[in-house]
Amino acid sequence: MTVAQEPTGLNFDCETGNYHTFCPISCVAWLYQKIEDSFFLVIGTKTCGYFLQNAMGVMIFAEPRYAMAELEEGDISAQLNDYEELKRLCLQIKRDRNPSVIVWIGTCTTEIIKMDLEGLAPKLEAEIGIPIVTARANGLDYAFTQGEDTVLAAMAHRCPSKVTSEAEKEERNAIQKLLTFGRKAEETAPASAPKHPPLVLFGSLPDPVVTNLTLELKKQGVEVSGWLPAKRYTELPVIEEGYYVAGVNPFLSRTATTLMRRRKCKLIGAPFPIGPDGTRAWIEKICSVFGIEPQGLAEREEKIWESLEDYLQLIRGKSVFFMGDNLLEISLARFLIRCGMTVPEIGIPYMDKRYQAAELALLEKTCQEMGVTLPNIVEKPDNYNQLQRIKALQPDLVITGMAHANPLEARGINTKWSVEFTFAQIHGFSNARDILELVTRPLRRNNSLKDLGWEKLVQEEAKV
Amino acid sequence: MKLAYWMYAGPAHIGTLRIASSFKNVHAIMHAPLGDDYFNVMRSMLERERDFTPVTASVVDRNVLARGSQEKVVDNITRKDREESPDLIVLTPTCTSSILQEDLQNFVDRAQLDARGDVLLADVNHYRVNELQAGDRTLQQIVQFYLEKARKKGDLGIEKTAKPSVNIIGISTLGFHNQHDCTELKRLMSDLGIEVNAVIPEGASVHTLKNLPQAWFNLIPYRELGLMTAQYLEQEFGMPSVDITPMGVVETARCIRKIQQLLNAQGAGVDYEGYIDHQTRHVSQAAWFSRSIDCQNLTGKKAVVFGDNTHAAAMTKILAREMGIHVVLAGTYCKYDADWFKAQVSEYCDEVLISDDNGAIGDAIARLEPAAIFGTQMERHIGKRLNIPCGVIAAPIHIQNFPIGYRPFLGYEGTNQVADLVYNSFTLGMEDHLLEIFGGHDTKEVITKGMSADSDLNWTKEAQATLNQVPGFVRGKVKRNTEKFARERGLSEISLEVFYAAKEAVGA
Repeated sequence: MTVAQEPTGLNFDCETGNYHTFCPISCVAWLYQKIEDSFFLVIGTKTCGYFLQNAMGVMIFAEPRYAMAELEEGDISAQLNDYEELKRLCLQIKRDRNPSVIVWIGTCTTEIIKMDLEGLAPKLEAEIGIPIVTARANGLDYAFTQGEDTVLAAMAHRCPSKVTSEAEKEERNAIQKLLTFGRKAEETAPASAPKHPPLVLFGSLPDPVVTNLTLELKKQGVEVSGWLPAKRYTELPVIEEGYYVAGVNPFLSRTATTLMRRRKCKLIGAPFPIGPDGTRAWIEKICSVFGIEPQGLAEREEKIWESLEDYLQLIRGKSVFFMGDNLLEISLARFLIRCGMTVPEIGIPYMDKRYQAAELALLEKTCQEMGVTLPNIVEKPDNYNQLQRIKALQPDLVITGMAHANPLEARGINTKWSVEFTFAQIHGFSNARDILELVTRPLRRNNSLKDLGWEKLVQEEAKV
Repeated sequence: MKLAYWMYAGPAHIGTLRIASSFKNVHAIMHAPLGDDYFNVMRSMLERERDFTPVTASVVDRNVLARGSQEKVVDNITRKDREESPDLIVLTPTCTSSILQEDLQNFVDRAQLDARGDVLLADVNHYRVNELQAGDRTLQQIVQFYLEKARKKGDLGIEKTAKPSVNIIGISTLGFHNQHDCTELKRLMSDLGIEVNAVIPEGASVHTLKNLPQAWFNLIPYRELGLMTAQYLEQEFGMPSVDITPMGVVETARCIRKIQQLLNAQGAGVDYEGYIDHQTRHVSQAAWFSRSIDCQNLTGKKAVVFGDNTHAAAMTKILAREMGIHVVLAGTYCKYDADWFKAQVSEYCDEVLISDDNGAIGDAIARLEPAAIFGTQMERHIGKRLNIPCGVIAAPIHIQNFPIGYRPFLGYEGTNQVADLVYNSFTLGMEDHLLEIFGGHDTKEVITKGMSADSDLNWTKEAQATLNQVPGFVRGKVKRNTEKFARERGLSEISLEVFYAAKEAVGA
């Protein structure tokens, strides 16, 4: 890990961990869409299936490339042979969908009955001829977006270390091709020979955002030689010892650790490219590692802030309370403080102070520059206690899960559903507006409904 | 192991939570890993619930796995008891606790020593029962617990009420149109001069359960929830019950006649025939609808019905018996109660399907090609894919199946709602079909922004005819691309030549 001073001014608390969040298996919903030739098999119970089915809403009907391997009583009591059962299902998947990779998602149940997925996978892989990647994305250990972290950490092992054939090089260089599409061959030639060691970015983002961030770096003369994950499993980037890697999301600590320890990469610890301030700091940090003087970033950031002015007027001086459920909280809070908001509390499921060091430092710096008090960072929050604090503080906005949103609204507290930040495009300069679009939506709604006199819609005797 | 993309009935704990959170001031504590409290999201979203869902988790994490829950569950129960003073805390096992095999009853006994409220362990096994069976069992368990408690304390209310009265059993949160059905049933009872002694579990307090035996009889509107409770009340207190779902004109009449019979057996001396006749012929529109020309057009049309036992059986009977529709297949996902379903519907349909595999149902629908489907949200999506209209009649359901407006499925207003649902499904199907035949107006793709079709482009007769031969689902796109092509070249008329040139140029 790159050396970074652990911030001292911020206050960290840890509560009981009695909070609401999505189960990490939800990562299949966006990862199966991202990795187009994959199939995700969640090995769990009806409980897992019921969650996925309800959380994914409409998506489930679009013939998704994911399914449950639903464990029955015979599987639990080991009357059935795990290997034979998984083989049967995976052959069926191979026949019906013919994917390039099957990702097994281990759940709480496979943990408790100690099903050796990591042991079974290589054997079955050899037998059926399809790569099988195992990720233990379970609710015993992880929260929500950390599911992606476990999958990408497992994928990191599958990235090739050398590409032999020209054809394969072509394929794995898909991003370069995408960016140079339509240009003449001689123009693209220098692009393949960057002046710095290879850089691979990690974190699953929608393709337009990938293109956007890659171009943003290209402007500064930084070439992105690959992205984990790529659009297809067969396009996973080459990773060799000594490559540089940088994360785009705050919840990817395991992936970062795997890339450093197992693939011998160097991690660029930077704030995350969320908000114009974060994007600029992210690019600057990458440039500084490669000894490049970034050009025109200050003006770029300034321009973005100017274009946000109409939204900023709505939120300046308002307070926002993060209940915490997706690990984006630190970056979002840092951005919103820069926007002029105050943040009394940042709840977060899990706080990796090393992986997020640069982000925490930027948060602290932002608070000082904006002259606001440092937020309280509450790891593993207790939702019940948080509701008491919300009641006392009466913040202007609470960013929270769906379980609490409607009840808080009925008590006159504005809420924004936190999960939307995971699914919306929030990275890079051009998406800053989308973040504020989400943040200001309840406030804009209020402006249109004000003076109706029905903010509080519960009878007084109802308990919080 | 089973490869599954979709499930009809949820896991057991959902059933328990639905019962617990239907009662007033009852709190459920799930023994479950992080993320299993998804029930709260569903309730808050689907029911648009204003209050916090009284469900929390006693989180099972790595430490619990290594050392057992130890004090954690007990602490969580007593903490919740202090914070919210619920009347009852229901400890809810999940699939995880089923395999951890911790002695949850022991936790409950220990917590009961400190807690001021009551504490119960829901007696459900994840691997043996589903959501519906678990709900039925939990309701019975809670009722039995409070009746036995009252009996010990000697304040059991067994004196029958002066006027005929009823317990309506089985209305619950997240139940399909349950709130509206409840209102409709109360109205029906009031029309019949019957007092409602209690509605459980929705909105009930556990303290009133001791008065259940005061009612003259129990009404169980839904097959899936309440039967165990009714059987228990019958055994213990000799309370008779009516388990005929009043859905559809004929079944509603049958339900009312059964009530009349039970009341008269207890000396009420009531006669509901006049009421039934008046409602059937003049209040409910469904009987008249079945005689009208509209309904005549539906005669012999093919339909497939699939859902839970209650709604699929009732719907099959309504379609076949009251509207003359040809039900080619009736099915249920309540495999555990399949015999009842078969007995109910076999004379009203060609084929019965008992399955919880959505693939099997999809295949059956594709094979039978009905003119309309009546099913769950899953069948609605199958219908979308096959271009067959679908009316949703049972859970699993989405937020649009929790309407704000009054939409009961039961009672006489229910018959009106069902008639609308059926009729709208079929007309849409027919309209679609006619359009296909006449190559009709294609409104799927917007061509100009305004509604007035003032296109500056003229299609020659031949070109228009060729366009109409293009399959409906791409026709709009072809038309748009051709017009775009013509506009770019400054052409004002689209002839066959232009049409084909456009096709070559843009692959339209």
